[in-house]
Amino acid sequence: MNFTLKIWRQANRTAKGHFVDYNVSDISPDASFLEMLDILNEQLVLKGEEPVYFDHDCREGICGACSLFINGRPHGKGEGTTTCQLYMRKFKDGETITVEPFRSRAFPVIKDLTVDRSAFDKIIQAGGYVSCHTGGVPDGNAIPVPKADADRAMDAAACIGCGACVAACKNSSAMLFVAAKVSQFALLPQGKVESARRAQAMVAKMDELGFGNCSNTYACQAVCPKHISVSNIARLNREFLCGKIVSPLRKEQ
Amino acid sequence: MTFKPLLSSITKKLIMAITGACFVLFLAFHGTMNFVSILSPDAYDGICNFLGANWYAVVATLGLAGLAGLHILFGVILSLENFIARGFVRYRKTERPKGVEWSSRNMLVLGVLILLGLALHLFDFWYKMQFAELVGREPINGIEQIQFLFSHNYFSICYLAWFVVLWLHLSHGVWSMLQSVGWNSEHWKKAWQVIGYVVATLIVLLFVSVVIYYWLINPFKC
Amino acid sequence: MDEKLQSRIPEGPLAEKWTNYKASQKLVNPANKRKLDIIVVGTGLAGASAAASLGELGFNVKIFCIQDSPRRAHSIAAQGGINAAKNYPNDGDSIQRLFVDTIKGGDYRAREANVYRLAEVSNNIIDQCVAQGVPFARDYAGMLANRSFGGAQVSRTFYAKGQTGQQLLLGAYGALSKEVNKGTVKLYTRREMLDLVIVDGRARGVIVRNLETGDIERYSAHAVVLATGGYGNVFFLSTNAMASNGSAAWRCYKRGAYFANPCYTQIHPTCIPVHGDYQSKLTLMSESLRNDGRIWVPKKKEDVEKIRKGELRPIDIPEEDRDYYLERRYPSFGNLVPRDVASRAAKERCDAGFGVNKTGLAVYLDFSEAINRLGKNVVKARYGNLFDMYEEIVNENPYETPMMIFPAVHYTMGGLWVDYELQSTVKGLFVAGEANFSDHGANRLGASALMQGLSDGYFVLPYTLQNYLADQIQTPRISIESAEFEQAEQNVRAQIEKLLNVKGTETVDSFHRRLGKIMWEYVGMAREKAGLEKAIKLISDLRKEFWKNVKVSGSAIGMNSELEKALRVADFLEMGELIARDALQREESCGGHFRIEHQTAEGEAQRDDQNFNFVAAYEYKGSESIPELHKEQLEFEFVEVKQRNYK
Repeated sequence: MNFTLKIWRQANRTAKGHFVDYNVSDISPDASFLEMLDILNEQLVLKGEEPVYFDHDCREGICGACSLFINGRPHGKGEGTTTCQLYMRKFKDGETITVEPFRSRAFPVIKDLTVDRSAFDKIIQAGGYVSCHTGGVPDGNAIPVPKADADRAMDAAACIGCGACVAACKNSSAMLFVAAKVSQFALLPQGKVESARRAQAMVAKMDELGFGNCSNTYACQAVCPKHISVSNIARLNREFLCGKIVSPLRKEQ
Repeated sequence: MTFKPLLSSITKKLIMAITGACFVLFLAFHGTMNFVSILSPDAYDGICNFLGANWYAVVATLGLAGLAGLHILFGVILSLENFIARGFVRYRKTERPKGVEWSSRNMLVLGVLILLGLALHLFDFWYKMQFAELVGREPINGIEQIQFLFSHNYFSICYLAWFVVLWLHLSHGVWSMLQSVGWNSEHWKKAWQVIGYVVATLIVLLFVSVVIYYWLINPFKC
Repeated sequence: MDEKLQSRIPEGPLAEKWTNYKASQKLVNPANKRKLDIIVVGTGLAGASAAASLGELGFNVKIFCIQDSPRRAHSIAAQGGINAAKNYPNDGDSIQRLFVDTIKGGDYRAREANVYRLAEVSNNIIDQCVAQGVPFARDYAGMLANRSFGGAQVSRTFYAKGQTGQQLLLGAYGALSKEVNKGTVKLYTRREMLDLVIVDGRARGVIVRNLETGDIERYSAHAVVLATGGYGNVFFLSTNAMASNGSAAWRCYKRGAYFANPCYTQIHPTCIPVHGDYQSKLTLMSESLRNDGRIWVPKKKEDVEKIRKGELRPIDIPEEDRDYYLERRYPSFGNLVPRDVASRAAKERCDAGFGVNKTGLAVYLDFSEAINRLGKNVVKARYGNLFDMYEEIVNENPYETPMMIFPAVHYTMGGLWVDYELQSTVKGLFVAGEANFSDHGANRLGASALMQGLSDGYFVLPYTLQNYLADQIQTPRISIESAEFEQAEQNVRAQIEKLLNVKGTETVDSFHRRLGKIMWEYVGMAREKAGLEKAIKLISDLRKEFWKNVKVSGSAIGMNSELEKALRVADFLEMGELIARDALQREESCGGHFRIEHQTAEGEAQRDDQNFNFVAAYEYKGSESIPELHKEQLEFEFVEVKQRNYK
């Protein structure tokens, strides 16, 4: 298969970027999108040009490192897949493919297609955990957890932190990411204890880092490679708003 | 670059949801009242007179204006923040993913159109009725104004177009506010969406029926 | 016993060793902890859990990872589960049994005391992870669910869907993030460790390259913990992540840490077969598939030919013409034999010409019987996500046609040599997780890697490091201006300079691919003397060629993916040779190491406990010399050493 690629090239954080056209030929339909870029890069290196820089690691769709915005969609077409699990057979022979980095003020471009997603780490650091320390915890079976809750917590916890939700959202909102973490812990008795505080802290950090507001378009859910549901966002809203009302009362007591 | 906003994003959305809910309730009332004009023009006149420039009607109007102001203010703030959040280099190519409504992505545009329509509507009715009464002029008769306006094609078409815009805004807005206040859940997600559409459609139908009635089958045609 | 290879196993009965150690070890008081710095390299299960736990204790921790976020470490890709001796299902499990199974699974090439400690703390890991909010699978009573894994006779594996590694890592990442928020841990992302700094015989710091700016940075500490994973990418194609590499461990080896058992590499039997030369990595499918899938190849050569040509579909081959070779050879364990056995059996069939895809390197994993027995829905509930993944990659529907699988390099049991305290032969350099050699012997059991990583990080290092640091409280903060730091930095700069100046004509990936082919061919699943000798020669030639002809584009400033890869491949080219040397030296078959010369009449692995009951630890002797082999004799006081038998 042959393709024309329109790829965003940008030398570093401050440089001005632009699109460059490349042609790749004889690509196997069984090659993954990233393998196709590998082939392009090998050609570029041999020609003495700089290869295209993009984040990737596990290539199994779980580490969340890959992040391309392909033909107007994060991770390209295909439901519930990451870029590394996108295969060239999904494209038409001869197609022109536009490849852009994720765009968000909170995810500045570092180079070419690589963006800085450390904002996500900062949100987690603000409260995306159960504050227990190592040791001194009860037996794993000491607190029963209803199966339905455990399953829903798992569904929320499946988030890989790739940032597709932010990239797809017209507002560049990180609500689905935050909601997934808040939900996971709100659903489990171990995490429920500090649920209100967690929601406040993570939302405050999210706002501070310059992510946009949620306007319930549900684009995040549509592109999420792990099918994280927007009902988690409703739960986050609930945890947050209840916390706003309840926690001042608790403080008074 | 970081900044600490005064209100959190979720609080701002809560304000949008509450003011939006008031808007929906008001529309339901207004629509029902209009619909009365089909059933009985006299009863409609009665309602108009009952409201008039009485203190409760004025207070309600001011309240509504305040809520509308808040809704608009926060709508603009949110949209502005959202625009900035994307950053100044935009995507070259974007695609609307499956399952994402067009209206949900264009609430601001729809809101502005509604506002423009509202200006026309206020001038046509409120300015000549309640406002006139307040400044001591003789208010016009509601039912006559309806008959007069909707006997003109361009007014009717304008109003119908306005109602389409209103429907689009409501079709997203009604269920969206339930999501914003956190009442949504996996189980109810689809149901709320359907209920939202039904509510929006019913309200808009009330308005539309009045226009159609007086435009096409106006029994009082002069 | 070699004087440097002191295993420092505490006295006493096996079950009391760790308790005794903890009771008598030295501690550091809280005021002093603040004055002590620890560097942790790597943010996988071992690194993240160690950094979080050490931060909680009050030490100053600096943690480094090469990815953009600590959550991307490759522990995240582990699917199956984590073992623990909880005995919740009441099926006869115990610490003793987990210990014996692990020792036996490792083919009696691991240290008893280490393995017993691992089994002992396994239960604490589950409790810890539950408290952290890891959403393990549960039953309707709300209790933790277990499954049997990789042929274990008891159900001791805890799991979170098919994403156990992800959930455990995110748990550790959460704990780490909590400490970052508190300020006890400082996080450095997109940093690659390129050298270890030793001052007065002790590990005192690291030199890292900032992968975004290209800056060479120095960091100092009172102790260094290496948790940088395994070196499976020597084989080019493996299930490891693209960035997984052995360089950090290799640099430590060159600074005096002994490298142990490099030849023990695990080949995982259920990977998706190779489909083309451009392929960048292999994808693993959970071993749990073997619980219900049946592995077979056609009995008749003519059927194989037709399948390869596309004239025959596997479902059209009648039952009697299928060779369920694992069930045939191992009637009692069948499709659930350990990984090394299953892998070799697949290779044996493919070598005999029965491989079923175009490359001749694949066998079938068939679910038709399971679908008939359990119904499609049950199969879908158990393996749905794996089936979807397979279909996405291969473009075939596994509900309708058998999957194709082939073994691939998955895990390296070998690693830096450590004593009972997880300290290497360099004082102050501790090694955890896959990067060390300690607990899996010659072969790792399924669902034990996660257990070991977390055991080292949460429950071992916080004790043993403290024991080491108790003697360091008088040592002031280490300066990064010393001659040792300067020398190490210059060393790194010189190497980068050298690579950029080769200006040859062949890409780094091309060299890596060639190395991988040599490794897979001669140092892969089955090894023999002549092949290994050839491999050593070929690798050495390839290395020379690399330094003459590699083309690394770009400069040392800023992001440069080619330079990153070149630095790693340069080390792989040295590591590959050591692996081959070790494999050559080990004249026996054990676990993941199979020597064709050493097998029973039935083709099973044959150990030589008389002569090879030792850990092979290599000491670096300079780039021109052959590394020196040191032996740590293994003693088995508490288990009876037996030949493995899965018949």
